[in-house]
Amino acid sequence: MKSAVILFPGSNRERDAARALKQASGQAASIVWHGETELPKGTDVVLLPGGFSYGDYLRCGAIAARSPVMDAVRAHAAKGGLVIGICNGFQILVESGLLPGVLLRNAHLKFICRMQHLKVERNDTAFTRLYRQDQVIEVAVAHGDGNFLADADTLKRIEGEGRVAFRYCDADGIVGKDSPNGSVNSIAGIYSDKFNVLGMMPHPENLIDPLVGGTDGAALFESIAAGLGRAA
Amino acid sequence: MKARVTVTLKTSVLDPQGKAIEGSLKSLGFDGVESVRQGKVFDLEIDGTDKAKAEADIKAMCEKLLANTVIETYRVEIAG
Repeated sequence: MKSAVILFPGSNRERDAARALKQASGQAASIVWHGETELPKGTDVVLLPGGFSYGDYLRCGAIAARSPVMDAVRAHAAKGGLVIGICNGFQILVESGLLPGVLLRNAHLKFICRMQHLKVERNDTAFTRLYRQDQVIEVAVAHGDGNFLADADTLKRIEGEGRVAFRYCDADGIVGKDSPNGSVNSIAGIYSDKFNVLGMMPHPENLIDPLVGGTDGAALFESIAAGLGRAA
Repeated sequence: MKARVTVTLKTSVLDPQGKAIEGSLKSLGFDGVESVRQGKVFDLEIDGTDKAKAEADIKAMCEKLLANTVIETYRVEIAG
């Protein structure tokens, strides 16, 4: 499995992401600068990491979404290649048009940095095949602008097509009681229409090692690797 | 040529920052404030003298970058 982590000015989670991809696949990820116009040959999966690209100027993810490398990422996604955007990466994906909706300022205006339970909405995708259906996982959230919103028709389409990847929930898996940021329908992550692009606000890449208090994020990267093969 | 672009949230989108500012104004004693909506202003200097072309260009800039038309609307003004 060949993975590429895109580095924008102001990204800060690229090393955690690369570590998670390597731990799952056994192969080191390439770190790709935003000014590149092509991805490394044979790239299977592209990861847009968290951080504060361009200092969140204009709108979170807006300027990164227009950088040269994003045309290559769009082309990769159009061919069915896997793309995952985490936190600021999710914001970049919605700004680039690869995923629908927007991520607004958290409803209560507070930056949230804490552990958070999520419900795995489906386990038949390239990103979740090693989770159980409706599994409750605990990962970290750390964002100020994670309040997902889409217009009524778009939201209906996302829900109707089963494109919600994760929802915020409590420890018992009850959705709606513990949404940290005001997201509509407690949405924490969504898929593209072909399920090859995933955007999510929480950070699975930080929960891959028992040393930091949990490993619930590891299965996401292992799912990707299981589908692509450890060696490529 | 000078141009000003004003980007504001659509009225259907909640503006928690505007709400917070509204609360602060009220706490300062400005009781007459009914609501506050926060937006952005961009001042541009554009080459050339063709106003129609400048306006078309700036609208394209708004659609491509300056506004996220899912949640925002924009207004372009070009100074005489």
